[in-house]
Amino acid sequence: MVVPVPVRMVGGVPVGVLVFVCHHGILSGDGDPAAASPRSTVDPALDALGPISHTGLMYGNDVIDPNEPLNAAETAVYDAAAAHDDQRDSRGGVGDEFDALIAADQRIEPRDAMPEKYRETLVRQIAQHAHSEIIGMQPEGNWISRAPSLRRKAILIAKVQDEAGHGLYLYSAAETLGVDRQELLDRLHDGRQKYSSIFNYPTLTWADCGAIGWLVDGAAIMNQVPLCRCSYGPYARAMIRVCKEESFHQRQGFEILWTLMRGTEAQQAMAQDAADRWWWPALAMFGPPDTGEATKGGHTEQSMAWGIKRFANDDLRQRFVDMMVPQAEKLGVVLPDPELRWNDERGHYDFGEIDWDEFWQVLRGDGPCNAERIAHRRRAHEEGAWVREAANAYAAKQAARTKESAA
Amino acid sequence: MSDNATRQEALPGAAENHAGDHKPYAAYLLGLADDAMVYAQRLSEWMTNAPQIEEDMALGNIALDLLGQARALYPYVGSIDGTGRGEDDYAMQRDEREWRNVHLVEQERGDFADEMARLLWFSARQVELHTALAGSADDVLAGVAGKALKEVRYHLDHASLWVVRLGDGTDESHRRMQAALERVLPYLAELFDDDEASVLAAGLGVGVLPSSLHDAVVARAGRVVDEATLTLPNDSPWRSRGGRDGVHSRPMGYLLAEMQHIARSHPGATW
Repeated sequence: MVVPVPVRMVGGVPVGVLVFVCHHGILSGDGDPAAASPRSTVDPALDALGPISHTGLMYGNDVIDPNEPLNAAETAVYDAAAAHDDQRDSRGGVGDEFDALIAADQRIEPRDAMPEKYRETLVRQIAQHAHSEIIGMQPEGNWISRAPSLRRKAILIAKVQDEAGHGLYLYSAAETLGVDRQELLDRLHDGRQKYSSIFNYPTLTWADCGAIGWLVDGAAIMNQVPLCRCSYGPYARAMIRVCKEESFHQRQGFEILWTLMRGTEAQQAMAQDAADRWWWPALAMFGPPDTGEATKGGHTEQSMAWGIKRFANDDLRQRFVDMMVPQAEKLGVVLPDPELRWNDERGHYDFGEIDWDEFWQVLRGDGPCNAERIAHRRRAHEEGAWVREAANAYAAKQAARTKESAA
Repeated sequence: MSDNATRQEALPGAAENHAGDHKPYAAYLLGLADDAMVYAQRLSEWMTNAPQIEEDMALGNIALDLLGQARALYPYVGSIDGTGRGEDDYAMQRDEREWRNVHLVEQERGDFADEMARLLWFSARQVELHTALAGSADDVLAGVAGKALKEVRYHLDHASLWVVRLGDGTDESHRRMQAALERVLPYLAELFDDDEASVLAAGLGVGVLPSSLHDAVVARAGRVVDEATLTLPNDSPWRSRGGRDGVHSRPMGYLLAEMQHIARSHPGATW
């Protein structure tokens, strides 16, 4: 059980959720950096993922203050990234040379020359991200037919649709790097490319739709908001849109759990069970440790140098824990970590050790749903082959007819 | 929990609904709502199963439109049938014999050609139906139909584009699309049956006689089938009947079991 953590309130918002400092001039926040506290032992830039900036109406606002950010896409860092000026003539005379553009924190565009490794890294990362959206449709799609009310059914259909749309944006972004969607799907289907391991866990109850929105989408946003400033333009722009929509999803998930926790005993138990099962896999979503002794190796160092990655896995994970603990308290769910407690000295929550053996096991293919997810995806693709062939054949016939009539 | 129970009793609009006027054509509206609801349920099964990602989205979108049409009608039905029921009472708490949809929409998901054949006919019927209902003597129904008309035109367009591509695509797709048109045929006559509720509603200027839509619907579908180089089959040894009287085909019970299971497992719960 969780050690009760006093949530300290400053100006109506819990500290630890909303702490921020200015960093590298990317923030438009109005906070005085010197006054921001508690100070972090984590990358101080992470504290920038804080200030409130969105007040638009959305699902979930009826149960939680819309002025309170529930996820990283509702912060000024997101706004700053979204406002990034992409115009080539704004590059301030750094020229079009790759290293100079990277050094000036400018965006690389599809026609720019780029190192082959940079291109390969991006193709791998964007494709894996696209595949995650497409495979990620399955765990929640599993509940569309059984959603307990028509309102929930409508929201869930729209959410799964959004995920399909995110997959399409991302495949398009990957295509700007010279690889087409069909090739990427083939790589997914035959196991050469991966998708996020989180989707290899099953959705056992309705509450899992809430937990996925709240925790999995919340973690995804935490990972993706920095990608809105990714050095590769098409990916960064896709992320700006994706994060905005994910932010709705995260609120919807929170609201599902909020409603369950205020429902019958069976509903409360369902919500708690879902939080128990999704908390640790959500923390593992940030990837293996990559700070301290684990800094070397892995992709982190090179990706950071290229401006593809902005923060270490461990730093984003810490930030996520700091954001979620107060939300769990609001919900009334107990996070399944006896070591979870506020550390005044660090200005962050301490938390227990992630089971990395399980992480690697699932990543290797031995998770509860790995085989099922790929089999489902392959079956849909194979069953649809004749339809896609027909569309191509028809297009070819039409092109021939047009040519004929023009001749 | 007591708070929860209280909220459950006070379904949205229920109090006002009880005060609403009792009108004799509730059963007619319920048939319209149930057609949309059940087809939305079936179409949403395509999500993650469609031939391409764009189609996962498109069929999900059509399902959402139809679900929205049903949700617009159910509370209104509840306000005029004297029960004050809300949308989830109709969707989640009724047994098979109380559902008034036609058999066409409850049939299990077939292949993509089957779905496009069903969507073509259903949408062609919806376009004619909502065009007529936009002038209904019932203002609420006229409003719902006017909005739905824009949506179902897009649905018909979507189905038409695919029927043409499948019919005039490859040999395999032509064969599959033709077979699908033949499989859907037995379920079409029921769309045009003048059941008791329709006759009553049409007599009041609220509804429209289904039989009066027949020729226009066949003409719409026929044009698409021609362009697709397919043949409109017209001879079936049997036809479905009874949906409007709550006499359904085998898949309906299973559809309801799946759709209603969670809601019914937690009596009185709010979601």
